[in-house]
Amino acid sequence: MLREFQRLAIGFGIAVILVTGLASFGTSADQPEQVIKITAKKFEYSPAEVTVKKGVPVTLEFTSLDRVHGFNCPDLGIRTDIVPEKANRVHFVPQKAGTFEYHCDVFCGDGHEDMTGKIIVAE
Amino acid sequence: MKNSQDRREFLKLMGIGGGVVFLSGLGPLANAATKKEVKNDFFFVQLSDTHWGFSDPKINPDFGGTLKKAVAAVNSLSTPPDFIMFTGDLTHTTDDEKERRRRLKEFHDIVANLKVKTVRFMPGEHDASLDKGAAYQEVFGKTHYTFTHKGVNFIVVDNVSDPTGSIGDTQLTWLENELKKLSKDARIVVFTHRPLFDLAPTWDWATRDGAKAIELLMPYKNVVVFYGHIHQVHNQMTGHIPHHAANGLMYPLPAPLSLPKKAPIPWDPAAPYKNLGFRDIEAKKKKDEYLITELPIKEG
Ligand SMILES: [Cu+2]
Ligand SMILES: [Fe+2]
Repeated sequence: MLREFQRLAIGFGIAVILVTGLASFGTSADQPEQVIKITAKKFEYSPAEVTVKKGVPVTLEFTSLDRVHGFNCPDLGIRTDIVPEKANRVHFVPQKAGTFEYHCDVFCGDGHEDMTGKIIVAE
Repeated sequence: MKNSQDRREFLKLMGIGGGVVFLSGLGPLANAATKKEVKNDFFFVQLSDTHWGFSDPKINPDFGGTLKKAVAAVNSLSTPPDFIMFTGDLTHTTDDEKERRRRLKEFHDIVANLKVKTVRFMPGEHDASLDKGAAYQEVFGKTHYTFTHKGVNFIVVDNVSDPTGSIGDTQLTWLENELKKLSKDARIVVFTHRPLFDLAPTWDWATRDGAKAIELLMPYKNVVVFYGHIHQVHNQMTGHIPHHAANGLMYPLPAPLSLPKKAPIPWDPAAPYKNLGFRDIEAKKKKDEYLITELPIKEG
């Protein structure tokens, strides 16, 4: 039993090393992860525009102030539902610099189409 | 006006494969008259994105009259269509459930003036996404269904009752089963609201699981998709399957990703009703072709 656990633990440890190794590979440095909090409500994100740094891991943490919304940034390949009363996180490492539009992809009413924002990835 | 045969040849030269599309921005309604010369098997009319309840006069000062003009225009076609299909966003969205029902019923009453009595509907996200299609179904019934007409199999796919803009696994299974009943060379016309393919995902011009529907359709040789949602004529192929988006009947939207932000194109007093209109589609049995004519809305 204990041996099983050790084997699992060792296996898991190796996996963690591999994953962190991959994540930092090619990034500028061992910079701490950036956590950005964004609130969503009909029909806006706040802040709607966020700036992140290329190569530095980011967690976007969304909370909804009213109903279910979505966050979808197709060009960065990230999305999440934004469910009220919970932190909705999406994690990514920006690989290319530029401005990437995102939008709400869960229809939320009149004004849904205007619920958009930008992620700016700086060099 | 050239006859249909010439149009068809012309469009083939333009390399628009699959369905044959004739686009007429300024074309008079007389286009429809030419059609009579052709021994067509049947034709139907597609109307889309009427957004009844929208009321911004800067975008469309005739917000209360455009739909009625479209009804009158369809009624005045010299050859009546076999049926009429509305491909969603019948009404403009509202958070107020009573108002949503009022708009749906009002829309229903207006289109009751269509002389052709076979009129079919499907919802857009404005009609159905806030209550998963509940109010819509009270007035119009099912949101996905099939019917056949003169040898053509029509399949209506709902990608809006799910507010995430998805078809959903249950409906995809239904679609798979419906398709199984058909031979691989059956004539299939799909009506849907949102594009099934990724036309412009950053503008939400896509269906989240649309690729699964296209995959199911792929083995069938004669499939064509007609949809709405983007308020403009747009024709694109995925493999051998053409997808034809229709003009809207309340406000036009810009070409995909042509502007930093997607927003209704304001009314141009110099060109009223510009880029608003409907289309008739002539199904030619022998050639497995569809002759599409875009028709404008004209001042009263
Ligand atoms: Cu729509
Ligand atoms: Fe629409």
